[in-house]
Amino acid sequence: MVLLTLMALVVIGVVRLRNLFAVVILSSAYSFLMASVLIVLDAVDVAMTEAAVGAGVSTVLMLAALYLTKVEEAAPRHTPLLPMFVAVVIGAALVYGSVDMPNFGDAFTPVNTHVGSGYLVRSIPETGVDNVVSSVLASYRGYDTLGETVVVFTAGIGVLLLLRRNKRSRSKD
Amino acid sequence: MMFAVAAFAVLVSLGLAVIRALAGPTVFDRMVAANTIGNGAILLLAVFGFLTERPEFLDIGILYALLNIVGTIAVLKYFRYGDLGHRGGEEPSQ
Repeated sequence: MVLLTLMALVVIGVVRLRNLFAVVILSSAYSFLMASVLIVLDAVDVAMTEAAVGAGVSTVLMLAALYLTKVEEAAPRHTPLLPMFVAVVIGAALVYGSVDMPNFGDAFTPVNTHVGSGYLVRSIPETGVDNVVSSVLASYRGYDTLGETVVVFTAGIGVLLLLRRNKRSRSKD
Repeated sequence: MMFAVAAFAVLVSLGLAVIRALAGPTVFDRMVAANTIGNGAILLLAVFGFLTERPEFLDIGILYALLNIVGTIAVLKYFRYGDLGHRGGEEPSQ
């Protein structure tokens, strides 16, 4: 898949670059590529969230954090062998775990035969939402989504308060 | 067929933009490239919607365009004023 190759290239760039400003920009581009991949995988809602959070909000937050630190990343002081080993082992474990996963789009897996089919049948007459994922998110799991929104909103308020306080103390000097 | 060719062209342009974002010597090259990747994502969204004959995802393209502008303006404002909370409208003090 071309998009995944591009994403991998962008990630390599993010790891290699020492200029954090460029890294922020590249991670924004990565989010848009990820959103495209999610759209191709037919998960439009997740893609929308990825674009909103990854490309929109987190770019702004990263820049705000960059304001508090230096633009250039310091060279690593220790050898990367142990983290590399941990990452390779965990990656191998994840690949090993994904071997047992069913084929993409297989209709006869437990995921698609137990609960999911019931929702597929019931969602449009019960909720009137065309997209089943949207109906689950906004209707069947409405309170859960509301709780998530409250959490994110609270986090946003916290970040705003922190940044505001920093600005005021700076203007006093 | 036409949409498939268009999707391929968009993918190629995405690849070129990624190359520029990785290679770009200055920050502005990378930023324009990131903006182009955002635009490519919008185009890919639209083309893929028509390719799979469900063009109702076009609305999300509008959202992408808005987000693309948010990121670009944030980066530019940071570069110009060195501070996201700046009110703007005047020359930077440094």
